[in-house]
Amino acid sequence: MVSRPAARFAHLAGLVLVFVFAMFPFYWMVSSSFKDQADLLASPPMWLFEPTIKHYAEILADQKVTSAIVNSLIVAVSTTALAVLLGTPAAYALARFEFRGKSDLWFWFISNRMISPIVLALPVYLLAQSLGLLDTHLVLILIYLTFNLPIVVWICTDQFRSIPPELEQAARLEGARQFDIFWRIYLPLGLPGVAVSAIFSFIFSWNELLYALVLTRRNVQTAPVAATSFMSGYELPWGKIMATGTVIVLPVTIFALVVSRHMIRGLTMGATK
Amino acid sequence: MSVEGQALAQDAARAGPARRHRLDHGRWTPFFFLAPAVVTLLAIGLYPMLFALVTSFRRYNITRAREGFPFVGFENYSRVLSDQTFWDTLLLTGRFFITVMPIQVVLGLVIALMLHRPGWGFMRSLARVSLVVPLATTYAVVGLLGNLIFNRNFGVANQFLSWFGFAPFDWLGNPSGAFAAIVIMDVWQWTPFCALIFLSGLSMVPVDIEEAARLETKSHWALLRHVQLPYLLPGLTAMLILRSADVLKLFDMIFTMTRGGPGTATELISIYIQRVGFRVFDLGAASAQAILLLLLTILLSRLYIRIFYREIQ
Repeated sequence: MVSRPAARFAHLAGLVLVFVFAMFPFYWMVSSSFKDQADLLASPPMWLFEPTIKHYAEILADQKVTSAIVNSLIVAVSTTALAVLLGTPAAYALARFEFRGKSDLWFWFISNRMISPIVLALPVYLLAQSLGLLDTHLVLILIYLTFNLPIVVWICTDQFRSIPPELEQAARLEGARQFDIFWRIYLPLGLPGVAVSAIFSFIFSWNELLYALVLTRRNVQTAPVAATSFMSGYELPWGKIMATGTVIVLPVTIFALVVSRHMIRGLTMGATK
Repeated sequence: MSVEGQALAQDAARAGPARRHRLDHGRWTPFFFLAPAVVTLLAIGLYPMLFALVTSFRRYNITRAREGFPFVGFENYSRVLSDQTFWDTLLLTGRFFITVMPIQVVLGLVIALMLHRPGWGFMRSLARVSLVVPLATTYAVVGLLGNLIFNRNFGVANQFLSWFGFAPFDWLGNPSGAFAAIVIMDVWQWTPFCALIFLSGLSMVPVDIEEAARLETKSHWALLRHVQLPYLLPGLTAMLILRSADVLKLFDMIFTMTRGGPGTATELISIYIQRVGFRVFDLGAASAQAILLLLLTILLSRLYIRIFYREIQ
């Protein structure tokens, strides 16, 4: 496509602006994590400074932070795996089968995603207490399923529906079993959707704060809880907070970047060709 | 109204006779595929949900547990509905949504169109990839970061203002400043989500149709309105549903940034419910509020689906 130089330049300027807009707060967090307390409190803020890794040394020596990262990892990976395992077959059924009450069932799945954690936090707390599940990984893994399963079902239903049904009919004629059709046709071809829903699932669980605050104590404290726990006292340890923030955000960001090429193909939300 | 039915009808209409074939399957086949997910969700979610429902009909204050938790009918609901603060926080939540949503949709669309437009390949993928960063940032960390950026004394936001000749501003100590600050952080975090969904929709427009339309018209607006829009609407619906649910649930970012303050300037509905439930310990009222909130969310989602899916046909 031919376009005028001015438009081309505006396009470039716009793209650069998007990049700066998206990256600036992240950059600010990372650069703040390398400032010592005096530089952090400087007014106006400093853009050039002597970097220090003091805060990282501090938090990595702090067992609270390192074990929080491990806990978050265990919880997020397990709940994502379970959500994909349980959600994709359901999505397949919703995408390709006809049965009564289908649209209501679809909506019921989605509405689970809308329940505010505030509603369920206390009942879940009481239930977990009576089952002896407080402060365990399991309780977080299960409760996070309530908002991850709907996301997987939603995204994958749309994705599976865009796969040509002729493929399935052909496979049937060859005598393929229903589960093989799901396993060998829908899962591989719907991979972008599966990947995107897995990313979201992972991000949501990794980032969750409210349930984690209510349901965990010392043993299974997750990363967001650890980050907020520094927020007390008069003079906040900004360097430590930002270093913890960076350590928490970095793994998800890398994970998301690695799979981001699937992102566009997986987020069609029902816009089929 | 059948959403799925409509969507399928659209598919059938677009793809012609081939899609009208129904796939034959045994009566119980869908059941086997659905059962694991349904059973799991029910097993985990049903009890807490019912508990919240039952609690909303009881006087349930933990600090006065000795008096027991008697059933009081709709007392909690009538109390909540006549509670001025509840309506204020709900209104504030609505104002927040009405402020952030148009910005996110318009900015998201502009960004998506820029990313879709050919040219500047490397910068384009760099910009696209950078959108993932806000999306992946922990909400609680976004709030902490907002705290630092908007600090009165050493925040970088005030430095930006000073470059344009404005006096420093006590963002978080001032009702409208604090509201603006949470709006900015929310726009930062969620605009990329809208942009990616729109971009995904744009990439679904068949290339030949888009090329043909470009030959016919020079107007970007006509192209957007007549060719690309139908592919953007399902994404817009999804965005509206997810974002309204998220705004009604919004907690982490505000909790770590302003805690609802100063005063009640940023006390959105879930911060208020949390205060009633976990600081005043009036769980009956908190549950009633939460149930009302859930009804509102479901109502809104139904509405969006009805409006936008009809638009497409």
